[in-house]
Amino acid sequence: MARLSGLQKEVIALYRECIRSAYKKPKENRNHWVNYVHSEFAKYRKLPKKEFATVEHLLRVGHRRFEMYSSDTIRDVH
Amino acid sequence: MYKSQLVSILSKPSFQNCFKRGLATSHPVPTQPKLKTFKIYRWNPDTPDVKPKMQEYQIDLNKCGPMVLDAILKIKNEQDATLTFRRSCREGICGSCAMNIGGRNTLACLCKIDQDTTKETKLYPLPHMFVVRDLVPDLTHFYQQYKSIQPYLQRDSVPEDGKENLQSIEDRKKLDGLYECILCACCSTSCPSYWWNQQQYLGPAVLMQAYRWLIDSRDQASAVRKEMLQNSMSLYRCHTIMNCSRTCPKGLNPGRAIAEIKKQLAFE
Repeated sequence: MARLSGLQKEVIALYRECIRSAYKKPKENRNHWVNYVHSEFAKYRKLPKKEFATVEHLLRVGHRRFEMYSSDTIRDVH
Repeated sequence: MYKSQLVSILSKPSFQNCFKRGLATSHPVPTQPKLKTFKIYRWNPDTPDVKPKMQEYQIDLNKCGPMVLDAILKIKNEQDATLTFRRSCREGICGSCAMNIGGRNTLACLCKIDQDTTKETKLYPLPHMFVVRDLVPDLTHFYQQYKSIQPYLQRDSVPEDGKENLQSIEDRKKLDGLYECILCACCSTSCPSYWWNQQQYLGPAVLMQAYRWLIDSRDQASAVRKEMLQNSMSLYRCHTIMNCSRTCPKGLNPGRAIAEIKKQLAFE
């Protein structure tokens, strides 16, 4: 596999963080969370890796949403 | 009423003036439309893979208010409802409509439209801030920095009469030119030092407020406040570039305030 750029590593790190935090949610809703994370990342799967500005923006948005959703009071997602 | 009385009222000069004025406004002189081009930065977060672009709008200056805010409101009302910007008071007291107009950070509501129709006016969001959409910058970090200087009165003792913290007229005068700041972020975003060290350097707007609380005679936490600024980044990234004082739409002088803090810290 080709070596990943720093930006790509950041995206993967965010993805892993999201999936991991899905396991902190109630057991019965876990699938919803994993599916949700999958679908959100899949939205921009086709984005060329050289679109740095876009990827950086999406990363920022992603981090912000991750922080919001990782609160304990949010239990389920649709 | 007698006929003679009516005639005398009608023949009074004041009444005739009224009549004339009515006539004067009823026939507006048809004028040539004064078309001015505005180029406005557009970017939509819903389609992040589309690059930001400059969109052109033409406005007839004869049918528009004098300020840039009037023009963009007219564009939003009549030409393109998707144009996004913040605005509120339209008189330079809320600081919402801060943007970069013709290369200068200022409030759209206080900035007159350049009447030269041969030149176009370019509108950008505040420079070096993350853009939320079109002309709306993300000021979260700026507000966090403002919060970090604890912009409120801190006292250990209660006032003697148990009611008010009194201040002499001279002490109150020291706050003039500081308390008027509306935190529009025009100065901070015009500062090259702030562009490069946004994470650590507080920026002129926040430092001016830090100074405002430092010299407040009623505040008793100046030692702690000074301690917070005593590092190489928060304050000393100011290299007296003075873009802040030049751009301030309220005519304040953050550069001087920062210099005063530096002086206070140096004489400790």
